[in-house]
Amino acid sequence: MPVLAHVLAAAPTSSVHVDSGDTAWVLACTALVLLMTPGLAFFYAGMVRSKHVLAMIMQSFACIAIVSVTWVLVGYSLAFDDDAGGGLVGGLHLVGLAHAATAVPGTDLSIPPLVFVLFQLLFAVLTAALLTGATADRMRFEPFVVLVAVWSVVVYAPVAHWAFSPDGWLHRLGLLDFAGGTVVEMCSGASALALVLVLGPRRGWPREMMAPHNLPLTLLGAGLLWVGWIGFNAGSALTAGTLAAGAALATHLSGVGGMIGWLALEKRLTGKATTLGAASGAVAGLVAITPAAGYLQPLPALVVGLVAGAVCLVAIRLKFRFRYDDSLDVVAVHYVGGVVGTLCVGLFAATVVNPAVTHQGLFLGGGVEQLGKQLVGVVATSAFAFAATYAIARVLHATMGLRVTADDEHAGLDASQHAESAYELTTTSTIGRSHG
Amino acid sequence: MRLVTAILRPHAVDDVREALTELGVHGMTVSDVHGFGRQRGHVEVYRGAEYQVDLVPKVRLEILVDDDAADGVVRAVVETARTGRIGDGKVWVQTVDEVVRVRTGEVGSAAV
Repeated sequence: MPVLAHVLAAAPTSSVHVDSGDTAWVLACTALVLLMTPGLAFFYAGMVRSKHVLAMIMQSFACIAIVSVTWVLVGYSLAFDDDAGGGLVGGLHLVGLAHAATAVPGTDLSIPPLVFVLFQLLFAVLTAALLTGATADRMRFEPFVVLVAVWSVVVYAPVAHWAFSPDGWLHRLGLLDFAGGTVVEMCSGASALALVLVLGPRRGWPREMMAPHNLPLTLLGAGLLWVGWIGFNAGSALTAGTLAAGAALATHLSGVGGMIGWLALEKRLTGKATTLGAASGAVAGLVAITPAAGYLQPLPALVVGLVAGAVCLVAIRLKFRFRYDDSLDVVAVHYVGGVVGTLCVGLFAATVVNPAVTHQGLFLGGGVEQLGKQLVGVVATSAFAFAATYAIARVLHATMGLRVTADDEHAGLDASQHAESAYELTTTSTIGRSHG
Repeated sequence: MRLVTAILRPHAVDDVREALTELGVHGMTVSDVHGFGRQRGHVEVYRGAEYQVDLVPKVRLEILVDDDAADGVVRAVVETARTGRIGDGKVWVQTVDEVVRVRTGEVGSAAV
């Protein structure tokens, strides 16, 4: 998005000149981004206990349904309409996607605006689904549905406006966020922290072992995420050319770096390199490169991954130190990884990669100017996402009640929330009669 | 009649079954179980957090035999399953009041 805004900003709202190559690429990337949400569902589902698997997957699938509706009704307008004031939020002219097919305000894209609408819709879906890893195993389904609907409009859409819209205040300030280090990763991570503080820990945490029930599922999900992430980041070029190619390569290398960084440190700390570490490290690297993919040369991208993999592993200790039960480490991986990546843009951004880089990174002799802008983005996004989500969660907790009862939690969310079980591995578990 | 129950290492089961077949034992019931005795569990590591897993996987064999066959069965199980290391398991014998074969209604030794 920043590339469209930097290079093409101030273009009048005019008829779209559609480039078939660009359109084909972004359409394909749109499908890849959709794949990420089921991928995330499996990534998470493998990590929970066997009685909470379906609930975990259901929350991601529910996000696809809920956020798709809120996005076309109002979210897209609040994110990408002409500014309603101060660069804080978009207006309401695109509500219900009225006029949305004509143009993306303030840009001169070479793809049909409706492709952009869907591409961005799927970003919003994934960001909401990311939250579910933190609150796993203890939230009621009904308030979850309300939470996601409200959150996607009140928290996600404004933050997307700040950084992705040409009118957004962070964007005008000069924040470089290629595909959502602030908007997607830090926004979901800071919001996840607020949610778990309101929700409280899972019963028995951290005394009881809550080991992953099916790591092959988690590795499958990580693989799907990795594939989808190429579309997420390289698609954010919104053109099919050199920028997309560089972003794809940077994305892959950072995923690789993340896996290596995490496993190397884990092997040193615990004596074993684990499969969960491989999956988590790759995701940490992919998270960190998200804001940076279109601004970095290949080797710095590998470095970003290495750093993110190691830092995110260490960051998992925070939840034990400060006693917040972030079940599947959304804060440690997505928030911390997002911060690492967003700041790394200020260290490694290169004009030769992307002319939108007006101040090169610190390590490329550009001084600290860009790093300062990145820091503003980190602080502002964290503060708003945390505070707004905390307020929403408090209200829902007081009115609907976010938590399941102790009995429902012990029975498992699959049975208590959805009246199903994920695995029927014994003959006795399928003995029963219909009351229909 | 006697019920011989054995808690053994999972990989010992095949050898024990073969040894008992040679003794003329016609059947047994096998279950996957978890437990602990003198054998310690193991450590698992998830995202850097280490957990002590105390319950060790074992297999439980249940074998119905005639009174005079029990000693031989116990001896065969113990000799076959022994490695000499902690965790080999236990075998015990109980007296059984009555046995009925469901298909025929036979009772007592005829049903074993």
